[in-house]
Amino acid sequence: MVYEIINESGLCNYYDLNANPGITQRISIREDKFAFLADENIASRLISFRNDEQTHVIFSLPQMHCSSCLYLLENLHRINKGVISSRVNFPEKTVEIFFDHSVISLQQLASLLAGVGYEPYISLKDISSPQKRRDQSLIYHLGVAGFCFSNIMLMSFPEYLGVDAGEELIRSVFRWANLLLSLPVFFYAAWPFYESSWKSLKHRFLNIDAPIALAVIITFVRSVWEVVSGTGGGYFDSMSGIVFFMLVGRVLQNRTYRQLSFERDYRSYFPIAVTVIEEGKQRSCLLPELKIHDTILIHNEELVPVDGWIIKGNALIDYSFVTGESLPVAKAPGEMIYAGGRQTGGNMEVKVMKEVNQSYLTSLWNREHAAEEEKNRSFVHTVSRYFTVIVFTIALAAGIYWQLNDPSKVWSSVTAVFIVACPCALLLANSFTNGHILRILGRNGLYLRSAQVIEDMAAVDHIVLDKTGTLTSAGQQHVSYEGEPLSGKTMRSIAALASCSNHPLSRSIVQYLGEAGDIQADGFKEIPGKGIEGYVNDTWIRLDAGSAEERASNKTTTVFLYIENKKTGCFYFTNQYRTFIPRLLKKLISKRRVSVISGDTAAEKANLWRMTNGKAALFFKQMPADKLNYVKQLEEKGDKVMMVGDGLNDGAALLESSVGLAVSDQSNNFTPASDGIIEAAQLERLPAFLQLCRNNRKIVIASFVMSVLYNITGLFFAVQGMLSPLIAAVLMPASSLSIILLTYLSSHISAGRLKMVS
Amino acid sequence: MSVIIILLLASIFVAGIFLVAFLWSVKSGQFNDDYAPPSRILFDDHTDLKPKQ
Repeated sequence: MVYEIINESGLCNYYDLNANPGITQRISIREDKFAFLADENIASRLISFRNDEQTHVIFSLPQMHCSSCLYLLENLHRINKGVISSRVNFPEKTVEIFFDHSVISLQQLASLLAGVGYEPYISLKDISSPQKRRDQSLIYHLGVAGFCFSNIMLMSFPEYLGVDAGEELIRSVFRWANLLLSLPVFFYAAWPFYESSWKSLKHRFLNIDAPIALAVIITFVRSVWEVVSGTGGGYFDSMSGIVFFMLVGRVLQNRTYRQLSFERDYRSYFPIAVTVIEEGKQRSCLLPELKIHDTILIHNEELVPVDGWIIKGNALIDYSFVTGESLPVAKAPGEMIYAGGRQTGGNMEVKVMKEVNQSYLTSLWNREHAAEEEKNRSFVHTVSRYFTVIVFTIALAAGIYWQLNDPSKVWSSVTAVFIVACPCALLLANSFTNGHILRILGRNGLYLRSAQVIEDMAAVDHIVLDKTGTLTSAGQQHVSYEGEPLSGKTMRSIAALASCSNHPLSRSIVQYLGEAGDIQADGFKEIPGKGIEGYVNDTWIRLDAGSAEERASNKTTTVFLYIENKKTGCFYFTNQYRTFIPRLLKKLISKRRVSVISGDTAAEKANLWRMTNGKAALFFKQMPADKLNYVKQLEEKGDKVMMVGDGLNDGAALLESSVGLAVSDQSNNFTPASDGIIEAAQLERLPAFLQLCRNNRKIVIASFVMSVLYNITGLFFAVQGMLSPLIAAVLMPASSLSIILLTYLSSHISAGRLKMVS
Repeated sequence: MSVIIILLLASIFVAGIFLVAFLWSVKSGQFNDDYAPPSRILFDDHTDLKPKQ
């Protein structure tokens, strides 16, 4: 289908550019899926510009992944004449489309994108808050600081080298030029540091920016005083150097994983608008505007957005998202259903019982948000407090000493202490090491939210693993058969019957038995949640999942096979573990405590027990709240918990744990809010990732020691009142550059040992 | 010796031009996307509008 559209438009190059351009389109898009875009109110919040001829809109397309995508999306105007032009922003995975709204409507445009395999991702968040442009002010600050720093450096040479008495004029011109050039640094480029330290002071807390801001201010005041009084050249070079290098560190720190979203809440999972039935007519309605007692229509394969009861239609609800239980549950009209399930049994009508933000699932999120606190446990922040205290003590001591011995040196020694004892090297060490480690991890399929998470990962001593979707891969089941042996013909007949059903178990059976060939089933009947029966080659075959009681008592998922009403055998289904799981568990257990927690039945208990040598705590039939409570208990006991999970059912536990990692089979899948996203295939290397985070800590400490040595050298001169601009100018860049080099090389080497860089 | 002062002014002026150029290039979004433009330039311009068979 996609191919036809592309071929008609002569865009076949699409397939030549990359070996594997498309992502298989798994579910076909319902025709009126984007009907809500016809609503002016909703559309206007997505549209960035509109005049009589054209409309500009930005869509987020998380499926975008290669240059073929780029090619196709930028040639949309060849597929539809209404599109004027389109431009892709690759790192942000967005496309900005200019289109003629008299030819194609926004709704049609969205359908067109969905039709070629790039379904726009429109979340309630886009709708409820205006789109933010990326903040680039830090780059401007950096540019200005770099410009001033290099020129001040250049003009400080006469100071460094000493000038003859005859060239007084040049010296004073250069000094005043330096003063002028330092103004933008002092008043503009260094602004982020003043701001951040002022904020921390207001909260009665000394952060690492406070000593920097202090150093910058003192250096500036002293330098201006020297220039104005004609006693010296000042330390403008050191000051702007500090600001420049610190900004470089800051920019690198901010440049992390913009394309992955970590702050997702329940709203990202639910549809934006639902179809409401009013007096026999359908209209689309924004989810938050849904009222109690509205009747909504839920299409096949849609998420149930609210708690309610079924009025019409057969419900076969897949709660794997919420509970981890992989088998759909059948519900009859009149029964209650909860938000978060996915309807798989055709269309149904549901009466709304609770408002969206009060339903079962959202209550999990909301409770979590209340408990969120400011996290400031970083190693650097602890050090910074001591650092500031020590610097003040030294300055005070030097001041008192000179007051007693030579009062003329008090001013110069005290200010010099603040100038050299800037924690820049320490801060740089931290942000460069973290930035580099984040990049290495990212290249290996683990994306962390922030540098803080690295430190948290280093401290983890208890790992809680979700089973379904994390240890087992979603949608793959291992089938075994027990009972009377089946002939080849019978096998094909059963496969023929099973292939009439879309149920995951039926599909697994077909896979197990092999294709049916040309055999057809006639007169079959599928009973949702129960099984399928029908005539194949005049034989009456029934596949029966058993009654609810039978299912509850069975440990494994079982499907019974009846041929001519005689029980012939049964199929057993076990979850398929990812191939590396036994190895992974063994490695994890050797170093840390491990728990496995699952929403599924206890069927896998023996298997997991064997794989973990009985050393892991195993929990089954756990609801999302149980998982949350378990993690909470462990944290209260003092364990540093890393929770690894995949679905919405782990969402609350992921937030509660020190480090919550969401496992994603494709990085564009929906993942719950978490501290990090790990690609499923890379899960095996979790022990190596943890090790790298520990090494990160060692590297930071090593470079910290080095920066202290530099500081001691500088202070040695400073307390004697002998800090010449030349010493300051050499010491400052030397310490910064050597620390950058040290952290870069050592993190590279340690990653190389763990086979994460080539 | 005042020639050095003139040179100084000239050099700062030139450096200033580069600073402005840098700020302008950031503002116009040239650093936003480092993947699309290098790929885009490699795409063939289309002349044949007929579908391939």
